[in-house]
Amino acid sequence: MEDKKSNKMAGKQSILFANPPVIIAGSSVVGKKEGEGPLASFFDQIEEDPMFGGTSWEDAESRLMKRAAELSIEKSGFRQEDIRYLVGGDLLGQLIATSFGIADLEIPIFGVYGACSTMGESMALGAILVDGGYADKVLAVTSSHFAGAEKQFRFPLAYGNQRPLATTWTVTGSGAVVIGSGDMGEETAGKNNKNGVVKIKGVTVGKIVDYGVKDSLNMGACMAPAAYTTISQNLKDLNVLPDYYDRIITGDLGYVGKDILIDLLKQDGYDISSNHMDCGIEIFDRNTQDTHSGGSGCGCSAVTFTGYIMQKLTRKEWKRVLFVPTGALHSTVSFNEGNPVPGIAHGIMVEAC
Amino acid sequence: MQNTKEKVTASDVVIEKDKTAKGEKYNKYVKDMTPTHNIFKNILNAFLVGGIICTIGQGLINLYASWGAGEELSASYGTLSLVFLSVVLTGLNIYPKIAKFGGAGSLVPITGFANSVAAPAVEFKKEGQVFGIGCKIFTIAGPVILYGIFSSWVLGLIYYILLQLGVV
Repeated sequence: MEDKKSNKMAGKQSILFANPPVIIAGSSVVGKKEGEGPLASFFDQIEEDPMFGGTSWEDAESRLMKRAAELSIEKSGFRQEDIRYLVGGDLLGQLIATSFGIADLEIPIFGVYGACSTMGESMALGAILVDGGYADKVLAVTSSHFAGAEKQFRFPLAYGNQRPLATTWTVTGSGAVVIGSGDMGEETAGKNNKNGVVKIKGVTVGKIVDYGVKDSLNMGACMAPAAYTTISQNLKDLNVLPDYYDRIITGDLGYVGKDILIDLLKQDGYDISSNHMDCGIEIFDRNTQDTHSGGSGCGCSAVTFTGYIMQKLTRKEWKRVLFVPTGALHSTVSFNEGNPVPGIAHGIMVEAC
Repeated sequence: MQNTKEKVTASDVVIEKDKTAKGEKYNKYVKDMTPTHNIFKNILNAFLVGGIICTIGQGLINLYASWGAGEELSASYGTLSLVFLSVVLTGLNIYPKIAKFGGAGSLVPITGFANSVAAPAVEFKKEGQVFGIGCKIFTIAGPVILYGIFSSWVLGLIYYILLQLGVV
């Protein structure tokens, strides 16, 4: 018993799967602004209607998430009743988009909250369920919507104000992946799947890291210490150097957070300046799209992963990636009560098959 | 305060063990790493936009005066018209664009106040007339109204006392 357990544990915070689960399919549905960005050609669907045919922002995001979930199941070649569990979450209230969006799918669900790191948390738990033998197919999903997030965390959309340069722009988008057990890789890759598959080799579960930043409009600075601790721990747990990965990809640190992260990791002797990438920086063009420090939100890392990163891996342009979605654990209540904004980041080790 | 002049490096932050000190150092470090808007450009834009809004207001007051309204009445009509224009521009999603350019220039005049009331009304309409618009219309303007009324009450009280003492 003891042996079997320690087989999968690596170092202090990491898991290396005994039989690495595979991502059979991924889907990405985004809004208009994301569809005008540099990654436009990688997304499955670009929706021009910010309401997604719904009546409120919350309804819009629910529909958005449902669409991404259904699309990933469709792309996997399975039916929704084949999916054993769903792990998902979003930013709205008590997971409004997840609760209302995927209710119709009738898949048993674990609702999770990891702020903008939710894709990492969902994929980690999904992969653990699969490798543990508790499920053969798990759907991991998350979403965010610019207008819904502004309404909940900042100001009503029509309120006039100036955004500081450190702010990020919440991505309207939803990404979903279907995770299957490792031995399904070959079989399903040949079946209905045009995308090929990606292997989840392991995960590094992140700690809540609080360096005392109270500026909720500078989330890159709030989250960079969390990304730093998770990445540093991953490298220590695996006893490797940053060049072990073709890319180390953070979720939504933006330009400000990226500089801080690289600087902090240098203190531990890790130089990631040549292979670091940030989804928030990639998804928008800050010069033409007026997004300031970059993109953010659950959808930011989710659609960049399911759209861009998965394609790079299946085309074997990259062999090994550490995907680190980052989240700012910020609520308007804790903020008003004078608390800082702690960060969290989960590391997912993904490899080309 | 001398410490603020010294540049804090990432290494200072990482090696610091005390949580409070680490937070202080990190915040200083973040401040150095974070870009800010060009303050002179912003001030210039604010004066420009604020000036234009006030000129329009004065133009309206003069217009109403020329139509025969008295001094006080034309000032009230002028204010009302600016509020109306601001609410219409908020509904058409034009006011946020003016505010993005003009900053405080569009925030300080009454048009900014009107925008801060109209915007939540639009946003929270979906949550109903009572719990949506009713409860949340003053989420931004509420503090201004409450403390505005409160401070005028305090000033009134002081004025009354001074009046009784024969000072004024």
